[in-house]
Amino acid sequence: MDVATDQTPAGPLLALRGISKRFTGIRALDRVDLDVHAGELHVLFGENGAGKSTLINVVSGTFASDEGTMHFGGEEVRHLTPQRARAIGISPVFQEFSLVPSLTVEENLFLGREVTSGGVLHAREMRKRATALIDELGFDLDPSQRVDDLSRAHQQMAEIAKALLGRVRLLILDEPTASLTERETGRLFELIARLKNQDVGLIYVSHRMREIRALADRVTILRDGRHIRTLDAATSTDGELVELMTGRKIDLLYPTIMHKPDKVMVDVENLTLADGSVRDVNFHARAGEITGIAGLVGCGKSELIRAIYGIEPIVSGMVRIDGLPYEFPAPRRSLKHGIAYFPANRVAEGLALSRPIRENASMTVLDLPAFARFGVLRQAAERIKIQGVMEALQLRPPNIERTAGALSGGNRQKVMLGRALTRELTVFLFDEPSVGIDVGAKLEVYEFMKRLVEAGAAVIVVSSELPEVLALSKRLYVMHHGRIAAELADAEKTEQNVLASFFREHLVAEVA
Amino acid sequence: MSTIVTVGAPRGSISLRSIVGRIGFLPALLVALVVGMSAVDPQFYGLINILNILRNASLLAIVACGQALVIVAGGFDLSVGAVVALASVVTAKTMAATAAAFPGNTALIIASGVAAGLGSGLVVGLINGFCVAKLKVSGFVVTLGTMSATAGVGLMITSGIPVYGMPDVFVKGFGRAQLFGLPTAVYAALAVIAVMMFVQRRTLFGRYVYAIGGNVDAAVVSGVSIQRHIVGTYVISSVLAALTGILLTAQVGSGQASFGGDRMMLQSIAAAVIGGVSLRGGVGRVEIVAVSALFLTILGNALNLLHVDSRLQPVFLGIIMVAAVALDEFSRRSKARV
Repeated sequence: MDVATDQTPAGPLLALRGISKRFTGIRALDRVDLDVHAGELHVLFGENGAGKSTLINVVSGTFASDEGTMHFGGEEVRHLTPQRARAIGISPVFQEFSLVPSLTVEENLFLGREVTSGGVLHAREMRKRATALIDELGFDLDPSQRVDDLSRAHQQMAEIAKALLGRVRLLILDEPTASLTERETGRLFELIARLKNQDVGLIYVSHRMREIRALADRVTILRDGRHIRTLDAATSTDGELVELMTGRKIDLLYPTIMHKPDKVMVDVENLTLADGSVRDVNFHARAGEITGIAGLVGCGKSELIRAIYGIEPIVSGMVRIDGLPYEFPAPRRSLKHGIAYFPANRVAEGLALSRPIRENASMTVLDLPAFARFGVLRQAAERIKIQGVMEALQLRPPNIERTAGALSGGNRQKVMLGRALTRELTVFLFDEPSVGIDVGAKLEVYEFMKRLVEAGAAVIVVSSELPEVLALSKRLYVMHHGRIAAELADAEKTEQNVLASFFREHLVAEVA
Repeated sequence: MSTIVTVGAPRGSISLRSIVGRIGFLPALLVALVVGMSAVDPQFYGLINILNILRNASLLAIVACGQALVIVAGGFDLSVGAVVALASVVTAKTMAATAAAFPGNTALIIASGVAAGLGSGLVVGLINGFCVAKLKVSGFVVTLGTMSATAGVGLMITSGIPVYGMPDVFVKGFGRAQLFGLPTAVYAALAVIAVMMFVQRRTLFGRYVYAIGGNVDAAVVSGVSIQRHIVGTYVISSVLAALTGILLTAQVGSGQASFGGDRMMLQSIAAAVIGGVSLRGGVGRVEIVAVSALFLTILGNALNLLHVDSRLQPVFLGIIMVAAVALDEFSRRSKARV
């Protein structure tokens, strides 16, 4: 990683003035100002749809702004393209990965700026530089591996490494920790500190308060495409930030849930999956309570609930639903048994983006006579039902004929939740329910779970965000390397105990 | 219904652009073409020419409807042209054989011939669907294979010689007949389009086809059984191609292995794509595809009337097709998220 050492002028590194951007009738940015100084970490904070993504896309040259000026390093920048942005030292790391799945990590790092002479690649030189960079970053990443063989966390690492290859003066990070483990996050934070010392400016988009507290120098709050306020991180409170972001007062992030544990709805005995990601797992979940499953990325917690729903193949063990054995689970039969699954990746597994909200929300219920008779859809019934469900979930704007692809993360999650309200269900499996959605939408998801549990459903929440599972669940399982490492309830359910169970497993593994 | 009424800017500001985005440029192009040709060449709006256009457009529309369904589900059917030929040959051969066994029993002869023709399409469709859904071979490769095999079978059955021996009723009373001044093929096409519109909009099958094409993994998670529906799209496509083969046979009066072919296959894909069917799957409506089939037929007819070199005509088809997809991409861009 080369960092520009030339003396930065006294003014800000990046200065945006009056940036506006419209998309067919919608004002995504409305005269936004932003200053980022060299060596500063500037957090962009706002709900989904507030304009954060559009703004960083303008800065990195993906979209041209309709109005406004941009100065970088004291000079005015016009007609910015992604290539030019990189050439002048603006390096974005987007949430949607910009990696080519069929190429190796190394090929991706150098994509578009390969080391060549006369059109011939210098493979050895590139390998050397890729390895040096990855070592410096301290990532556990093999440059010769294909990107589609990597886990999401490793893909994220490759993405960050790609952004840091070459001369970087402004680094843009869009929720970079969303799929990193605690350890990798720690590494990233060390790296950020180093970059700040080297006078690199950073724009950092995150919804996580803890990260904002740990890293931010200043915070700019956006709402509805407008610049609301820029604050010094040191002198502002969490409540203040959230209030400015949502435009309303939010007292508590996690609702108080009245758990009333009833009969065992899901009972898993000695479950082992075909790919070995889950081994000999025993656990159960009761109606009327939230059962949490915590663990690091890749510990098998997602696979466990996916297997119950029927998307991951089981080799041995037993699943019982409401006391009855449930053999060879499959999604269709799971739904008939009253089990719903909410995937972590809502784009890949949740929604057909080219289809309207109405069709996406009714997807799981069309086998019911209320929605279709003899293979013929009852469209009026469908429309009324889905309209009602989406209104109950406060979809904004409430037009159910919009395509799912036009929605933000929070609204997409609402469409997924809408599926749960369309049929009689008793078991809800949530896989990373708050990934990629803002605080306001998170709150609505938690309230949704609260209503489900208090109405007597069994809810299982799998999450890599420890505070979330700790606060929501009545009983919490901790998974590690495909096994249950601990079961914690009530008073034992603390962050220390969860982390301790990771470490205990680590020690056992190292001794063995 | 008050619940449907939504407040907000997107509804209020229906611009010309969004209207064009909804129905596409196709009707405008079609009207321009018809008006322009009528002005240039009076032969264009002669009754014989119009009936000719309608007949050919009907045949293409039937094949294109099936093709569109397969593409909406995220697949591809290259075998339709070969199925047209196979069904034609099988129908004619079966009729000839039945006529030899039961002379004079016209109803039986026609029924057996039509059943055999549609059956041959059904078989090819099942093979296509099975290979794609169960063996997980890509639709492009599978149908490339069945296209080749089907064309070969057609040639083997006939040795390349047209098959005659069909009842007069089938040819004169059906294939070349007119009802209220229109060829029977037009009614067949209208019926197919109506049924397919119903299937796409109002049936579970149609909805699931959209879902599978839109995002197959999401469909799996939603409990949609994928394989059945994929097989269904290929079966419908092949059976509709077979129907076209039978209509052609009835019209011409002989079964020929040279019917359909690559040209029909390419045109059916072109009609689907120009009719707004997304090659990424999940998007497309048969009625627009039918309009696009009519447009392509008129375009071909116009080029003939204008004495454009027949070797040059595919160039126009190519340009139009690429332009249609480019327009589609253009309208897809610059859409915001809310």
